[in-house]
Amino acid sequence: MPDPVLQIRNVSKSFGSIAANVDVTFDVGRGEILGLIGPNGAGKSSLFNSIAGADTPDRGEILLDGRRISGLGAVACTRLGIGRTFQVVRSFDSMTVLENVMVGAFARTSRTRQAMARALEVLAFCGLGGRADMPAHALTPPEKRRLEVARALATEPHVLLLDEMLTGLTPTEAQAGMQLVRDVRARGVTIVMVEHVMEVLLPLIDRAVVLHLGRKLTEGSPAEVVRNPEVIRAYLGDRYAT
Amino acid sequence: MTVRPNAITMRRRRELIGGAVLLVLLALLPLPIANAYLRGLIVLTLLYAGLSQGWNILGGYCGQISLGHALYFGIGAYASAILFTRYGIPPPLGMFASAALGALAALLVGWPCFRLSGHYYAIATLVMGMMVLLLAQNWGFVNAAMGITIPFRKQSWVDLEFRIAVLPFHYLMLAYAAIAWAIAWVVEGSRWGFSWRAVKDDVAAAESLAVRVFPSKMAAAAISGAITAVGGALYAQYVGFIDPDSGLGLSLSVLIALPAVVGGVGTLWGPIVGAAVLIPVQQLSVAWLGGSGNGVDLMFYGALIMALALARPQGLVSLFGARSRAGGEVADRA
Repeated sequence: MPDPVLQIRNVSKSFGSIAANVDVTFDVGRGEILGLIGPNGAGKSSLFNSIAGADTPDRGEILLDGRRISGLGAVACTRLGIGRTFQVVRSFDSMTVLENVMVGAFARTSRTRQAMARALEVLAFCGLGGRADMPAHALTPPEKRRLEVARALATEPHVLLLDEMLTGLTPTEAQAGMQLVRDVRARGVTIVMVEHVMEVLLPLIDRAVVLHLGRKLTEGSPAEVVRNPEVIRAYLGDRYAT
Repeated sequence: MTVRPNAITMRRRRELIGGAVLLVLLALLPLPIANAYLRGLIVLTLLYAGLSQGWNILGGYCGQISLGHALYFGIGAYASAILFTRYGIPPPLGMFASAALGALAALLVGWPCFRLSGHYYAIATLVMGMMVLLLAQNWGFVNAAMGITIPFRKQSWVDLEFRIAVLPFHYLMLAYAAIAWAIAWVVEGSRWGFSWRAVKDDVAAAESLAVRVFPSKMAAAAISGAITAVGGALYAQYVGFIDPDSGLGLSLSVLIALPAVVGGVGTLWGPIVGAAVLIPVQQLSVAWLGGSGNGVDLMFYGALIMALALARPQGLVSLFGARSRAGGEVADRA
């Protein structure tokens, strides 16, 4: 890869006797939308937590712009330019939508006015401009997903990690969500998406990395990946692999 | 960058105007009141409004429920009283030492205790408070269980001693409550305030947004401890006496926390509203029902708190239906 922004190098992570990731290696190119796919239990979320700094890999390392970030912790990773959303939405429910996003904006400024201006700009970008003064807990589920994206964007990430952002949305909502992802990429943000429903993801991503039982199964263009017999076997069982 | 007025900026402006109006009203309040007992009641209410506002910084905004705030109160009271009686340092100066020691004590308690979460943190602060109470009861330097009496020499603003005890103290305590409120107002709108509320709501999400959780808690503890300690110093001057039970007792820790809890945890007005309801009720129930040692006053007081907690779990400020939880709608979450 000519210009990788994120490099995953031989990452392994176990929880007790369960190996969540085993020797996973791949690069993420600058400005691409990379899909991290695999059936449930493939180790996607655990890899995500390692990249975001919430977990430390047992072995291997993760580089952002050539700089080692694995093991630095979530706060440092965010400061260095990794943004993330959570699979289960984690909005600050005692706050308004705008206040939620301001917490993210405070990662880059200590001035309240600047944080507020930045948060309002990001909210408008994410289509939540009209919701700024609502309590976060009153948002609809797809709006809450957008709020997660807005909050992460307010930290001005180079790489944005989206954890099952489209799962559970209606087709219309998913379309809107995909458009948001494209808009975010157009701002120059590299995107890594975790999703276990492949159909949703394939039209959106430039490249896919498939995980299965903690290991990298394959990587390539969406078209290559779906034709790969191993991928089909992992998702559907031996009977369908030809 | 310019920001158009929105719910946050408008709410904060309303709060500032409300605070100024309340300040003027409270400054005029004692003038038509001749009854010394009533004036004393108001002084005590103002003191607890300030103390609880200090507690609310850590327990309310940051969500770290402390049951050991008497520790900081006692340290502040003893520091100023000892500096005054033994070294002749006037209390207005001694209070700075009180604030510094209160902040330091809160940091020392926070260092180990913030590694605990939820109930464990609350229990740890409770134990810390009781440990220091026992130490003070047996420590000669602070006169052990005898306590320290601050002798009255002459009426003086420098020494904070007044013969007609109440009116100057009214303005002292009002200034204290007002400063505590102003500190809460400033930090609520600052990066710290946002960090604290994020930590309270969801630690993992806060960290993913680069909120440094442990330093945020420590900052909240230091500010909270300092405010509480200054209240302790004022109390010692007001009463002229401090001993382990009145300055470090467990019931005091509860009294400091209660106004914020009953008024509305993590809200700007909660401690004031809570103190305005609780302290008069508590004092009057002692005056009317207590004294014979039968504890009826405490039963009455306990019943009132239970009734309030059942009727308004979000705190009394939710009665006003205001956007009181620092921007979040409280009333519709009940």
